Amino acid sequence: MRNWFNRQNIVALLGIVLLYAVVQGLIVFDIMPPFYKLTLIQICIYIILATSLNLINGITGQFSIGHAGFMAVGAYISAIITAIQHGPLLVGLLGGAIVAALAGFLVGLPTLRLKGDYLAIATLGFGEIVRIIFLNTEYVGGAAGFTLPSKITWTWAFALMAISVVLMKNFVGSTHGRACISIRENEIAAESMGVNTTKYKVMAFTMGAFFAGLAGGIYANYFYIIQPMTFNFLLSFNILVMIVLGGLGSMTGGILGAIVMTLASALLAGVPEWRNIITAVLLVLMMIFRPTGILGTKEFSLSFLGKKGDKNAASKN
Amino acid sequence: MGSSITQQIFQQIVNGLSLGSIYALIALGYTMVYGIVKLINFAHGDIMMVGAYSGWFAITVLHLPFLPALIFAMVSCALLGVIIERIAYKPLRNATRIAALITAIGVSLFLEYGGMLLVTPQVRTYPPVFPETMYSIYGVIFKYGDIVMLVTSVVLMVLLHITVQYTKMGKAMRAVSFDKDAALLMGINTNNIISFTFAIGSALAAAAGVLMGVYFNTIDPLMGIIPGLKAFVAAVLGGIGIIPGAMVGGLMLGLIESIVSGFGASTWRDAVAFLILILVLIVKPSGLFGKNVREKV
Repeated sequence: MRNWFNRQNIVALLGIVLLYAVVQGLIVFDIMPPFYKLTLIQICIYIILATSLNLINGITGQFSIGHAGFMAVGAYISAIITAIQHGPLLVGLLGGAIVAALAGFLVGLPTLRLKGDYLAIATLGFGEIVRIIFLNTEYVGGAAGFTLPSKITWTWAFALMAISVVLMKNFVGSTHGRACISIRENEIAAESMGVNTTKYKVMAFTMGAFFAGLAGGIYANYFYIIQPMTFNFLLSFNILVMIVLGGLGSMTGGILGAIVMTLASALLAGVPEWRNIITAVLLVLMMIFRPTGILGTKEFSLSFLGKKGDKNAASKN
Repeated sequence: MGSSITQQIFQQIVNGLSLGSIYALIALGYTMVYGIVKLINFAHGDIMMVGAYSGWFAITVLHLPFLPALIFAMVSCALLGVIIERIAYKPLRNATRIAALITAIGVSLFLEYGGMLLVTPQVRTYPPVFPETMYSIYGVIFKYGDIVMLVTSVVLMVLLHITVQYTKMGKAMRAVSFDKDAALLMGINTNNIISFTFAIGSALAAAAGVLMGVYFNTIDPLMGIIPGLKAFVAAVLGGIGIIPGAMVGGLMLGLIESIVSGFGASTWRDAVAFLILILVLIVKPSGLFGKNVREKV
């Protein structure tokens, strides 16, 4: 049996709990200004989005730029469950995520036969179709959008973020994750080694869509209002920028990218007209000078702490 | 009653052809650039926007008539296209496809929001350049502007066809698109050819931008996004990298859109365009005119 309680995991767990407790303390004692809290919750949402897109683009190597579409599905379905049907929040969030995963499965099955640019453009088309469907559905408010009560607290956002990241990280480390990486490295070689490439591509795509839907649900239940315009191509692109900035294929890199981009966007909130220009220029410069992103495909890890724990695990195997 | 439905259909076909000719002009630029450097130039729609603005500038500030204004816009955008290619895309010639694609999106954002800063996000009206004359043939209305648009696009496409098929430069373009390394070994300056391709593509986009301004009367810095995406759909529909494919794809897309609008479902127009894109990609990814290429291991 594997030893879950090695030093690395314990330190990571303590770090997560400590981070949560400090921020929660600041919120409870009213020290934290509301704008900071908003930014922190945004960071949680973007971390889930970036990590889930990384699963598709970075780990499996399937170039998808329709992530906003899955997020929109999750946001609208969860909003319908919590605000129109008055269901509990958790049911709403999970419902949105499951429907988004279903959409991911249905879209992924036919389109994942495509490669590279063609897949990118097909997913882009899917994202736009989803947006137009919500735009034309009066039940969810059409173009004007849909207002709902804000129920997400820091605790919800952080807990869901932490669980999602741990789940996705473990997926990448598992047999299935290895199979996905082999598809990224060389699809033909992977197939000839007996990896069922279609199965794993669809699996990664569905899983990415599930978590994008979850993030959409958190977004909808935090920001009071959702509008079809929010989930446009620019949002998909922003998420893509995050993972490319952090390092495509690195889970921790995606998290880093999400944090950096959200903070940068919050800092530049005072000069909105310059915000997108600066992002664009940075992006082009980065592609020219360091196309692998900050971390490349490396992972930031606590393994330097875990030597003793790993030995324990090895001896028990 | 029956004749009025027929009239309706023909009217939509006329509208569709004028809109489709704009899409075709933009799609040509996409397809040429893709054919030669295998890059989806996401900034192409925004170059069209710049073209619309320079045309607007030429008409309202410099008081030029339509044709010189069109040429002014085409030349300035050709320069812009070359500059973009040299600064942003050239260093990435050997980088991964994803890096190039992201750069293209970055350039696109830069043009959109840089444009917003420069000319303000406010919507501008295009001055009326054509007389409001209309011709009615069996009840189907042809506007003077529609005819000029169709004629302009057809002339430009014929010029492009001649350039690509019968000039030395066009021969070199086809060679580079077929095999870049072999072309280089045969003494073709591939960098110049690639710049030339960007110049031609951007000039066509600028022409489309001016025509679009005339057609819809209003222009704004974000006007390039949706037509850009749709022109890409048109290019894929015809088979990306294939020049006649882009023309046919553009015209087909325009026709489909105006027929959907004619059925009273104009809010679903964009969704139909993207649905077609996905269906084409699934059924025949190489497009209507494309050949299937087998992958060698």
